[in-house]
Amino acid sequence: MPVRWFKPVVFLACLGPLARLGWKAYSNALGANPIEVITHSTGDWTLIFLLVTLAITPLRKLTGQPWLIRFRRMFGLFAFFYVTLHFLTYIWLDKFFDVHAMLKDIEKRKFITVGFTGFLLLIPLAFTSTSGWIRRLGGKRWQGLHRLIYFAAIAGVIHYWWLVKADIHKPLEYAVVLGVLLGYRIVVWVIPRFSSRKMPPVRTAGLEASRG
Amino acid sequence: MLIKKPADIRFSEITPKSLYLNRRKFLAGAAVLGGAAAVSARFGKLISPAITASANNKISGIQKSSFSTTETITPYKDVTNYNNYYEFSTDKYEPAGLAKDFRTRPWKVTVDGLVSKKQELDVDTIIKMASPEERIYRHRCVEGWSIVVPWVGFSLSELIKRAQPLSKAKFMEFTTIYDPKQMPGQRERVLDWPYVEGLRMDEAMHPLALLCFGMYGEDLPNQDGAPLRIVVPWKYGFKSAKAIVRIRFTDKQPLNTWNKMAPDEYGFYSNVNPNVDHPRWSQATERRLGEFRKRPTLMFNGYDQVASLYSGMDLRKNF
Repeated sequence: MPVRWFKPVVFLACLGPLARLGWKAYSNALGANPIEVITHSTGDWTLIFLLVTLAITPLRKLTGQPWLIRFRRMFGLFAFFYVTLHFLTYIWLDKFFDVHAMLKDIEKRKFITVGFTGFLLLIPLAFTSTSGWIRRLGGKRWQGLHRLIYFAAIAGVIHYWWLVKADIHKPLEYAVVLGVLLGYRIVVWVIPRFSSRKMPPVRTAGLEASRG
Repeated sequence: MLIKKPADIRFSEITPKSLYLNRRKFLAGAAVLGGAAAVSARFGKLISPAITASANNKISGIQKSSFSTTETITPYKDVTNYNNYYEFSTDKYEPAGLAKDFRTRPWKVTVDGLVSKKQELDVDTIIKMASPEERIYRHRCVEGWSIVVPWVGFSLSELIKRAQPLSKAKFMEFTTIYDPKQMPGQRERVLDWPYVEGLRMDEAMHPLALLCFGMYGEDLPNQDGAPLRIVVPWKYGFKSAKAIVRIRFTDKQPLNTWNKMAPDEYGFYSNVNPNVDHPRWSQATERRLGEFRKRPTLMFNGYDQVASLYSGMDLRKNF
């Protein structure tokens, strides 16, 4: 698989949702409440990119396609890109930079508190996403830090769940996918420990190092 | 060139004469201007919004009302394509399409409970009870957006007087049709169907409370609550029940659907109140559709004349 050639194509595809929003805004096709559409769309794509990022490791292991890992950083950074747009929409088009109102929101509204927390958790991950930072922190520590994505994704899904009025279908879909992706990691973590009680110790070093 | 496939055209979509004449005038102008590109580009813009705007029958003899606001009316296409109507879908952009073939005739409305004469009325009998008025009201959704709509109807009190409620009747309950065959949203229990709303008797008797069967001078579009709904402009939008099949007079406070679903979030009264937040979001401001900046939300949605209905009541408790 020519990853080098494929990467720019995937990169452009990841910009698709933004391009679509931009085109619709330009052609006046965002409907009666454009700002609501922009808020929901950037939020949706944040969750989608978080889940895609979290799906890379299980997919890679289950399909035996090691090259997949080379897309993980890009997807993670796109999750951060869309959450930043989502956050900017909130502070600009919803609160119009009214810091006082924003702080009140973050303090009083559970769904905003948890959503904002998720956003904060992603900042260090985006910041330390470069190879230089992996070297500086050391693989193990870097990996430990980047497990924050689990909590960011959980926060994102809860944020959505607490926002809807009655119809929980869509947040439920995200929750199920996230449950499967995190469940996979728990299983991978538990099995060797559980079986080691009955069987001679299994060397899990290979698994540890590559777990994402 | 604009060529419509004849098979797809519905009677209701045929361009009205006035528009047709406009088009001729326009074409003449375009010919003078010349340029085929200019024609095709401007042609579409001129014609397409008008076609969607002429789907319903005009209501004749509509009188103006002193209750109307002079604020800018929200465009028809927004009011008919952005609807919270969970009986069809929880997606606000979907009821317009899903309600297209909803049957609003024949339509019976049961009037019962604490009334001297229980009866089943045809909706067209109700509509003819009094002369239609245009009431341009602000409409504020609990979600934080608002619109200005030229509703057509008459005061709900007109119907109440004719129904002759007993003196024991203290509340009114409105029930929306339950018909999952026609209303796909009802096939899932997102809410406890059928949708029920209620008003205190004095609220229902207030002249602002509207029994509504039209908007923008025409019959009510299906996605906006046809054939018969109420509009209570000083309360959040969900209080204004749509597609009503039953009106019941009672001595007990009705349990309205959203109150039943989340009692800490949606009260019985649900008066628009910028000082009492929804537990999950602020109600201090709202986005008027079509406006970029948010505007402050007004007490009772700006209908101060209803304040006396609630004097002495703690509106924080009775939210």
